[in-house]
Parts: sequence; C-alpha cells; structure tokens
Amino acid sequence: MPTFVTVRSFLRNLLSFHGVDADLDEEVLSHLELLTEENIRAGMSPKEAQRVARIELGGIEQVKEQVREELIGNWLRSVLSDCRYGLRQLRNNPGFAAVAVLTLSLGIGANAAVFSWIEGILFRPYPAVTHQERLVAIGGTSRDEPGGTPLSWPDFQDLQRSCTLCETLFVSKITGTTLSIGERAERTTGSIVSANYFDAIGVPPVLGRGFFPEEDQGQSAHPVVVISYQLWQDRFRGDPQIIGKTQRLNGVMHTIVGVAPEGFYGTFVGWGMNFWVPASMEDIFEPDGYKLEDRAARWIEAYARLKPGVMRQEAQQEFAVISRRLEAEYPATNRGRAMRLWPLWQTPFNNAGTLLPTLEIMLAVVAFVLLIACANVGNLLLVRSSARRHEMSVRLAIGAGAARLWRQLLTEGLVLSLFGAAGGLLVAYWCRHALVLLFPARGGVQMHLPGEIDWRVLALSAAVCLVTTLLMSLVPALQTGKIDLAHALKMESAGVIGGRGRAWVRSGLVLVQVSLSFVLLVGAGLLMQSLLKIRTASPGFNTRAVQDTAIDLVSAAYTPARAQIFQDALIERVRALPGVESAAFAKMTPLSYVSSTSAPIAVDGYTPPPEESPTVEYNEVGDNYFVTMGIPLVAGREFTRADGEKAALAAVVNETMVERNWQGRSPLGQRLQLKGRWMQVVGVAKDSKYSSVREKSTPFLFVPLRQNSLRGSVLNIRTPVAPQTMAAAIAREVHALDPSVAPYELITMQEQLERSTSPQRVAVTLVGVLGGLALLLAAIGLYGVMSYTVSQSTRELGLRMALGAGSSNLLHLVLSRGLALTGAGVLLGAGTALLLTRLLGNLLYQVSPRDPLAFGCAGAVITVATLAACFLPAWRATRTDPVRALRTG
Amino acid sequence: MPSEPTSLLQGTLDLLILKSLVAGEMHGLGVSRRIQQITGGTFAVKPGSLFPALHRMEEEGWISSFWGESENNRRAKYYRLTKAGQRQLDAETQRWVRISLAIGQALEA
Repeated sequence: MPTFVTVRSFLRNLLSFHGVDADLDEEVLSHLELLTEENIRAGMSPKEAQRVARIELGGIEQVKEQVREELIGNWLRSVLSDCRYGLRQLRNNPGFAAVAVLTLSLGIGANAAVFSWIEGILFRPYPAVTHQERLVAIGGTSRDEPGGTPLSWPDFQDLQRSCTLCETLFVSKITGTTLSIGERAERTTGSIVSANYFDAIGVPPVLGRGFFPEEDQGQSAHPVVVISYQLWQDRFRGDPQIIGKTQRLNGVMHTIVGVAPEGFYGTFVGWGMNFWVPASMEDIFEPDGYKLEDRAARWIEAYARLKPGVMRQEAQQEFAVISRRLEAEYPATNRGRAMRLWPLWQTPFNNAGTLLPTLEIMLAVVAFVLLIACANVGNLLLVRSSARRHEMSVRLAIGAGAARLWRQLLTEGLVLSLFGAAGGLLVAYWCRHALVLLFPARGGVQMHLPGEIDWRVLALSAAVCLVTTLLMSLVPALQTGKIDLAHALKMESAGVIGGRGRAWVRSGLVLVQVSLSFVLLVGAGLLMQSLLKIRTASPGFNTRAVQDTAIDLVSAAYTPARAQIFQDALIERVRALPGVESAAFAKMTPLSYVSSTSAPIAVDGYTPPPEESPTVEYNEVGDNYFVTMGIPLVAGREFTRADGEKAALAAVVNETMVERNWQGRSPLGQRLQLKGRWMQVVGVAKDSKYSSVREKSTPFLFVPLRQNSLRGSVLNIRTPVAPQTMAAAIAREVHALDPSVAPYELITMQEQLERSTSPQRVAVTLVGVLGGLALLLAAIGLYGVMSYTVSQSTRELGLRMALGAGSSNLLHLVLSRGLALTGAGVLLGAGTALLLTRLLGNLLYQVSPRDPLAFGCAGAVITVATLAACFLPAWRATRTDPVRALRTG
Repeated sequence: MPSEPTSLLQGTLDLLILKSLVAGEMHGLGVSRRIQQITGGTFAVKPGSLFPALHRMEEEGWISSFWGESENNRRAKYYRLTKAGQRQLDAETQRWVRISLAIGQALEA
C-alpha cells in the first residue's frame, strides 16, 4: 500500500537518517567508481577516467542534496536540524543566550501574566459556574446615573417572571459579618442570594443541600446558611457532622445546611465568599430593615444566564420592554428607571468595572514591553548575524537558497522564543495571583483576584511567541538577502561587518525602544500625578485629623435598645479620652465600599421633571458629626443630642440639593419627605465626596441616627493622637463596656481615601515598574549600539586623534551621536504619547493627558539614562590608540 | 496503481526508468546507460536527475533496491521493478500513448 510505504519511508528517513545518508553516500561513490571503470574500459588513463567521471557526476554533495530534497519528511528533518543547530549556537554563546532568553521571558511573561489576570478576573471570573460565557450582570439605571445601580427585590422577581430570553436569573449580593467561632473572631465576606442560586450556577454543595425555593421569602424566615469549603476546613476543622449544626451570624442563629465545593469562591470579582444566606435573611445583614416588598429599596446585585444563541443586545431589548412596563405600573418608584445588561467584564457592582481600565492599560503597556524586548533581542541577533556573515555566505555558496536561509534564521529565532515562552509562562505562573498583592487588606480580609492560565491564555501566549519570533528574526533575515556573495567570500569573516545599512537598522531599533519607553514613562508620570492629586484633593471633610473605626453590635446580638445604651456610654467615654476633640457615630463611612443608601424623596413645593430620579442618597449620622468630620455648615445647625426619637424629624441637605430642589433659596424650615416621613431642613452642609473622590457633586442629605435606624456602627473621632494609640484606647473602652465586643481596624480618613484609590495605585505601580523595565532594556539597547559604533569606527577615531582631536572632542562626538538618537526617539515618543495618553481616560484625575510636567520628566529621565548608557562607549572611544587603530583598521 | 498526474518531463523520466527496469534489475549507471540505449541516445540522464528520481520512486513503492555485486565484483546498489511499479508502468504507458496520439493529431491538423 502506498500510504504504508510512505509512512514507512517517512519514519525511516526521520529516525535512521544517518543510515539513509550513509547508504546514499555509498551509492553515489559506487556510481563514481562504475563510471571511472567504464571510462578506463573505453581506453582512458585512470587519472583522466576519474576526472571525466567526476565531471559527468557533477559534484557528490550536490547530487546528495538533490536526493535528500526528494525524500519524504525532508522538510521536517531540516527544521529539526536547524533546531539542533540553533540549540548548539545558544550553548556556544551562553552570554547571548542568557540575555536574550531573559529579555524574552520578561516580555512574554509580562504579557502572559496580564492575559491570565484578564482571563481570571474579567472574562472567566467564576470557573466553577457552568456556562459562565453566557452570564451577564444586571444593573439598574436611572437618567441621572446611567452607570449602574442595584435593583429592588420586587423588580427582580418581575424580571424573573417575565424574561423569556434568559435561562435563569439569580441574585448574589455581597455582605459581611464578624464570625466568632471558638475564641477567634474575624471579618468575613458572604453573599445574600436568591433561593435558586446553587441550581442556577450549577454548583451543587458537596455536603448537605442548597436552598429550597421558599427560603427566599418572608422576613428573617429562614435562618439557614451554606458555608464555603474553606470556612468548613479552616474554622470547623472539616467536621463531617457539620450539616444541621448552628452558627451565629449577625446575632441570629443560622442552621448550616450545606458546604460548597472546594475552589468555589462565589460570584463576586474581588472578594472570596465564605457563606451564603437566602434573601429572606436580608434584614439581618443589610441596613434599612426588611426590603423584600419595597420596590424603592434598591440593594440587590443580579446576574442572568442567557439562553444559548441569545445575544446580549436581544436580551437588552426584552429588558427595556419589561422596565418600561414596570415604569408605567409603578411610577412612584420606577420613574426614569431602566435596566441594563453588562458583560461580566463590565459588571458595575464588583471590582471588574474598576479594574477594567487598569487592565486595559496594562495590556497596552505589556505589548510595549514586548516590542522593546523584541527590538533588543533583534539587535543582539543583528550583531550575531554580522559575526555569522561568513557562515551565511558559505551556505549560499554551497547551494542554499535565500528562502532556506530565512527558514534557518526563523527556526533559530523560534528556538530562542520557545525558551523565552517557557520562561515567560513560568513568570506568568508566579505572577498569576500577584495582582492581589497590590491591594491592601481591608479590615483584615485580603482580596481574592486569582489569575487563570487556561487554554485561551496559553494559545494567546503561543501567538505572542510566534509574533515575537517573526519580529526579532525579521531584521537579520532581511539583512542576509543583501549579502553580496563574491564580495563577502573574498573578505575575512571579521572586519567586513557593518556598513551603513546595518548601522541604520540598529539605530532604528534603538529609536523604537527609546520612543516606546518614553511613552511608558509619560504614562507612569501622568498616573503618578493624578494619584498625587487624588491623595491631596480635599474630599470636603478633614482627612488628616479624623480617624474612624466601627463596632459591630448587630453581630454581637445586641437589641436596638441595648445597642443605643452601649453607644451612648461609649461615646461619652471616647469623648473623655485625652486628645479627642470630638467624636460621632454614623451609619456609613464616606469613600468606603458601602457608602450610602438611597431612598425615594419628595420636596415641598418642588415638582421633579419627569426624567429626574425620585430618589436621593443619604447617610444617618449622630450628634456632632459635622464638627467631627470637618464638613462646614453654610447655614442652619448641626444635629444635637436633642434630635432624638421624640423630637421633630430633622434633616441636613447639601448645597447641590439646595441648588436642585430650592433653586438656591434657603431651605431652612422647609419640609421634605424621605421614605414616607416628613422632616424639616435644619441645616445646609457644604458639598463633600460621598462614595468616590472622583464623583461629581450629587444631591445628598443627612438625617439623625437617633431618629432613624439606630444601626450606626461607624465611630468617627477627631483627634491629633496617633492611630495606634487611639486604637488601643478605643479597644480598652469597648472592652470595659463589654469584653465580648471588639472594635474594627482604626484608620485615618486619609487612609480611607487612599484605599479608595487602589485602581490608580495599581496602575501607577504596574506602569511604573514596567516603564522602568522598558527603560532598562532601551538603555541596554542604546549601550549596545553605541559600543558597536565605537568599535566599528576605531579607524575613524584613530584618524581623528592623529589629526589632533582631543579626548574631549571624541567624548563629545560619541555622546552627541547617542543624544541625537535619543532626541529623535523622544520626539517620536512624544508624538505617540500625545495620541495615546488620552486612552488613560478616567484613570486620570485633574491631570491633562498632555501635561507638560509628565512629558518633561519623561524626557529628563530618558536623557539621563541615555547619557549613562553612552558614557562607557564614549570613554572607550577616548582610549583609542591611534597608531594601533590605523595599523589594524 | 495509477497515481496523481505527474508533470510531463518528470513523468517521462519515471516512464523511462520503469521501462528500462523491465529488462531486469540493474544499478543506477545501468539504468542510465539502458535509457540512452533504448532512446537511441536521445536521452542522457544525469546523476543529478537520476538519483533523486530513483529514491522518490522507491519511496512511492514502484521500485525496490538492494545491494549487489557488479560485473566487476564491485558493490553497487541495484533496483528492481515491483508489482506496483509494473502497474504504474502500464498506466503511464497508456497515458503516454494517449498524449502522443493527441499531440500528433494536433500537429497534423
């Protein structure tokens, strides 16, 4: 059978190639002898006979090569031999190999690491969940906030009933509690979920069960909990009898009904979940009480899995129809509201949305680093290809075509970049979970941001590796096309290298490196500046002198009445502490993850335009809050102890709200209705920042804690005392009142503000580190080019010296060449940066993407690095011995 | 077994080699001389074309090779026609006859 014969020949050619080759050798030699014999018989002398035979045969090696090319599998064989040759080359040049492989490992590794972050955080964040590629996040929108707000439970239920394009919809809302098991108490995160949660995501508990359908109905009706595998192992020591046991969560005994599988961390980008409770337990974990029947209370975060083949846009249209219907049916709560479907990587309510811009920037940055790495290795290869010019000439002379040489160079490049890719994957593997290190733990809980190295990441990295191979092999490969055979063979292998074309290519590569590094440095500079701006921006309250902590009395099972007594006692003790200027409780801390609640509002004498959202965000604060926080009041008064349950209901509004609802006239004494209760405006506060330093001014109001939920657990303290001292003092006071209660971590508002800048800080750190790396690579490239130029122009330098040039002239000559190259690179980079920095977009805060300071600094840094890189070659130039240079050159 | 159509020149060389081996097993030089003989000296096959063709045809399974002794007791590599080679020869012959007829007609028209 021909196929069988073909395969057999293929294997024989490949496996016993030396046997096949020896056989061929013998055959051709025997042919030569037969020819010679024939000629002798025809009457020639033996010498003549051999000569004629050789002429007829035409070159033993050529004949053999012609046969080899006919052999099956020849292509693969020659690739393998090129690989072997490439490996030998690397072994013979360990210095070159080390630098090239290291550079490529960093370049490819940085890319693979960022790919794995993007995969694990944005595209495939929930590996345990079935068909996560069809998951979308559901966010509410209003005309004021197109971004994304939570949904209300009744709206979600209507969605669940009406949506025909979704396979399933489920709720997963992050919450937290202080878990006290045995002696140890610590903060932990969990989710409030709809009863269908574990079925919807296709993650059945490994022990026990998920939730029954009725378990997300009724107020606090079903105190059941599913715990994470991690929690089960760490805190319950993997107790096999765990199902049916109880655990106190936020003061309520919950029955443990299930344990989630290992490696399942819930459905929230940024934090790993340790427990899940059904939505009916919402009022135990959420502020503002029972909300399952309140359409105005928007608090849930939901996902939908689309049916196979349904596009997000189609589902979006169905959602638009449903929200218009809800708007018509419930104008009081749903006026101006709609719902929007987001792909997982844009989820507005977890860290995906905040990390997206950072990771996008990172993608561009690592692509730059890879280009620089390629340029550097390309430069190294170019130097080597100069040294190998003689080899290439010989190869061409004995019959290799230009295509064959290109293939050889590409194969050698591939060997190099395969090593680089292997190193790169190692780098990526080490760095896959590294992103989390850039975020500080909050309240003792570390973030959960795992990278994912799956086949898509591997495929992309392989593609990067191939592109790398092409890019860096291209330059030397193109150069071989220009070899002038006769000329090259006549010359000695050393000394003929160089020439204008080659020097130009090398300078071009350095130019690219310098300009790319410049762009990265500008980016780092801009981000750094905007981080500084954010840190020093005034959020409208005092950040230096105010510290805050929290005392979670709900977890400690306090009733509201007992909690009130405790808080009254504690605040007296805290105010009496040395160094404390004032102190106040509040429900929420500005700029924290949970910063404010919103509720429907009506204002006397104000008819909102139809497109205006009828809700407003607010905070509940204790007496002395404004004085403690340093938020100035422009009119009216601060809340006092007298604003209690029995007094008239009071509110303080901010200036933006005065502008909107009272057209700037004084609102003092006016009435407004919040959550159905009328209250009187007693003061106007200056605008400040509530959930983010970068938000624009929004209407906001404050109501007294005592007249509302009483569940303010945040304690704000104004004091010049150091936080450590204060923390110890607060802990002492809390323990004195109740030894079983411990305060949370105490931080300054400045720290709070800085924690809210994590995305910016991460971007600055990463762009800074990679920009530095890029600069280092570019400097190495420049150093290489300058050393090479100097070593090539020894003769010229010698001549100049002989003609009277001093060392300072030569120093000047070399440095100015280096600087000219840098200058061109900076110009090119500045042009590119002007086009690209706009993409930093919303990572920049009050910094123009064309900020001259950032451009100037980047230029200065590059110039210094250039001078450093050029100095050694320049110094070497001054040491040229003119006599020797002229004699040998 | 007829294989995919080969280019005319290469096909001609294959055909001539197969035809020359019908007379019996012979080494490379023998094949070359035999072709010269049967074509009345029109075709002189150079080693640079002969050996690649022989090796390719061996891989196709049309001919097989073995080491033997030449007339003067020299070691030489001999080739012989296989059954597949015989079938290929028949197919190629038919094809050649058809083509030469067609070309003959074309030139007479």
